Amino acid sequence: MTETNGKNGDHRIGVYVCHCGSNIAGVVNVYETAKWAQEHLADQGVVVAKEYKFMCSSLGQKLIEEDIKNEKLDRVVVAACSPHLHEKTFRGAASRAGLNPYLVEMASVREQVSWVTSDNQLATEKAKAMISGAVARVREHQPLDPIQVPINPSTLIVGGGIAGIQAALEIANSGFHVYIVEREPSIGGHMAQFDKTFPTLDCAACILTPRMSEVGMHPNIELLTWSEVENVEGYLGNYSVTVRKKARYVDVGLCTSCGICEQKCPKKVIDDKFNAGIGYRKAIYTPFEQAVPKYPVLDRDNCTYFEKGTCKACEKFCGPGAIKFDDQDEVVTLNVGNVILATGYDMFDARRIPRYGYGHLTNVFTSLEFERMCNAAGPTNGAIVMRDGKTPPKSVGIIHCVGSRDHKYNTYCSSICCMQSLKFAHLVKERTGADVFNFYIDMRTAAKDYDEFYQKVLEEGTNLIRGKVAEVTDGGLFDGLDGKLIIQVEDTLIGKQRRIPVDMVILAIALEPRHDATYVAHQFGISTNVHGWFTEKHPKLDPVATMTDGIFIAGCASGPKDIPASVSQGSAAAARVVSYIQQKELALEPVRASINAEQCSGCRICNGLCPFNAISFDAEKMLSEVNQALCQGCGTCVAACPAGAITGTGFTNQQILAQIEGLMRVPVHLEAAQPAVV
Amino acid sequence: MTDHFEPLIIGFTCNWCSYRAADMAGTGRVKYPPNIRLIRLMCSGRLDPTFVLKALSSGADGVLITGCHPGECHYIEQNFKALRRVNLLKRVLKPMGIDPARVKLVWASAAEGVYLAKAITNFVEEIRALGPLNWPVHTHVSEAVKQRQLAEVPR
Repeated sequence: MTETNGKNGDHRIGVYVCHCGSNIAGVVNVYETAKWAQEHLADQGVVVAKEYKFMCSSLGQKLIEEDIKNEKLDRVVVAACSPHLHEKTFRGAASRAGLNPYLVEMASVREQVSWVTSDNQLATEKAKAMISGAVARVREHQPLDPIQVPINPSTLIVGGGIAGIQAALEIANSGFHVYIVEREPSIGGHMAQFDKTFPTLDCAACILTPRMSEVGMHPNIELLTWSEVENVEGYLGNYSVTVRKKARYVDVGLCTSCGICEQKCPKKVIDDKFNAGIGYRKAIYTPFEQAVPKYPVLDRDNCTYFEKGTCKACEKFCGPGAIKFDDQDEVVTLNVGNVILATGYDMFDARRIPRYGYGHLTNVFTSLEFERMCNAAGPTNGAIVMRDGKTPPKSVGIIHCVGSRDHKYNTYCSSICCMQSLKFAHLVKERTGADVFNFYIDMRTAAKDYDEFYQKVLEEGTNLIRGKVAEVTDGGLFDGLDGKLIIQVEDTLIGKQRRIPVDMVILAIALEPRHDATYVAHQFGISTNVHGWFTEKHPKLDPVATMTDGIFIAGCASGPKDIPASVSQGSAAAARVVSYIQQKELALEPVRASINAEQCSGCRICNGLCPFNAISFDAEKMLSEVNQALCQGCGTCVAACPAGAITGTGFTNQQILAQIEGLMRVPVHLEAAQPAVV
Repeated sequence: MTDHFEPLIIGFTCNWCSYRAADMAGTGRVKYPPNIRLIRLMCSGRLDPTFVLKALSSGADGVLITGCHPGECHYIEQNFKALRRVNLLKRVLKPMGIDPARVKLVWASAAEGVYLAKAITNFVEEIRALGPLNWPVHTHVSEAVKQRQLAEVPR
């Protein structure tokens, strides 16, 4: 078998046209197409052209394999679906028959022809053109070998919320080392802030904290809290991640987590992180009782010593002398094979919708504030009270979709707020007996036992009003409504405007991508959608992988999710990582740039174009060189080299130029539908 | 031959976004004219301006270049390099007597199948309005294109 490029006739190419049931054959005349390829692409080296019902089936693959052997094919073109679906399948068939897998090319005549073209004849002509292009291209293919890379068995998980915790435990229990980098002083994430979880109403802390302490004590898990990722380099199997461990001002080697420092610290600070702004913490603090790790953090911006130069109360009372005022940030480098990003979400800023009154009407709360209020360990010890801290409300309005499903803010559905608002309705009823009004656009309770919970809340006597709230105003402007808030809404089920006075309003605010999500995406070389949520490799079939191999996503980082979904994603991402680690070595696509030293003039134009710093300049030889391990194969340097000295394997100039010519062999003319190639 | 003109367009797609958008358009059965033929590149940054000239000289009436939205490039920022190149290329095309509108750059993310189909449909109509290009006959131009060009020479 020859695998060399030659003049016409040297190649022996097989063309295989798939019916895909009726998906392709229903629109494209596959018999005519195959016949055309056999007759009119013979000068291009096509010796066999066949059609078959399902090329991807074992029989279809067998057909190709046998032809490769019997007809001594040295190139194969499969006209079927998108290469993103079955390129692997047909490459596999080729290598089983002894042909280098990179001598196979696919023409996507399903996604790009039969599914998108209404006219059968035009579709058939386009299919022929695409096969002609693929044949011309495959003639220029060279046998390639995949690049084998070893997989470092350590994994980095960014974000210690429930998704990250779940992933960490799964991987650590499989016997592999895990680093968790968490920005806050403790792991736990948003779930640690909640009181009850829907629909079962079990307490969030009761189910979360055992997992947190398991993470804290696990021999395979190394926790880096109060830390942030600074820089990421490398590729699948070999990432090198620089992490900044922010100064804690507490020596964790000496600290016994006794809590004396926190008791003695004279400085009270509004806790706008963990307590959502409705509670206080000290300048030296652990965010909550069950924090993991338990070591406190000194908040330098609010510490009296750092402000005025005196105080040091914490140091005075600390038995083991663990307070370290001269503590410095520390930068560490972690070498890992895979990364899971479980960075979670931010909450919508309710002040952006002034007509709902948050920030200027006292008794308008956000959902996160209300969660903290309900929490038995929260600022009010679980009492549902108004801003004065003592009066329980007699009536409460809960507004759904604040900042989501709204073209002015976020068009997407935040997915959790309907159930969260129903949970609030239940908690208010149960604890205060107040009248509850829920204002919703559509009720979305689609998961196991969710709708049953909705029915239960309805039976409890919650008033559900279908309509988007227009505004929340101060009742003080009207006689007898002093201290009340008036909710103006069109009740779309009865077609009337209503004005409902309540004591307290809770805004079910949207989940938003982290404010720095696009920055993080850039760091790790993955993409985000228009809103800023991380993009999955495939939204259905590969929801925890990303386009960058070795970088996985879990939880709300890719879009709003409830706790069960986040946990499932954590496990799923862990399974993907463990399967990579177990393979020890993985094959990368050999799509890489290389520089021909003889042609390189040392102009260095390519040097600055590479975003991965894969091209370096050898000053002695006056030549540029590509580091194959760092190169990701985008081909920008190939296109830029004025001397044409850079080759991009898999996408060479010859291949692309040949494909253009091949595509041009068949015109679009209906009347010229007769084969054009002489 | 005929005065009916069907534009022939070459489209360059990025493996990570617009090629997947084309897949998405297919999966969603979104129809667009068959006048476009797509070529997959790993990144819009791979687009050598020669490819565009080659396409035009081989008989294409227009070239559509598609890539990831700014800030969404799989290779961090290579789509910006494509943007710069396309703008330069357009300036070069004009003195060559080619309307720069025959080359168009469109951003389409992997999720924007419907958008890409619409962009293709619009571009086909734009090229239809511009008419055939008939750029210098290339030796490898297919017979049909040659015939078409000959047919349009006034007798």
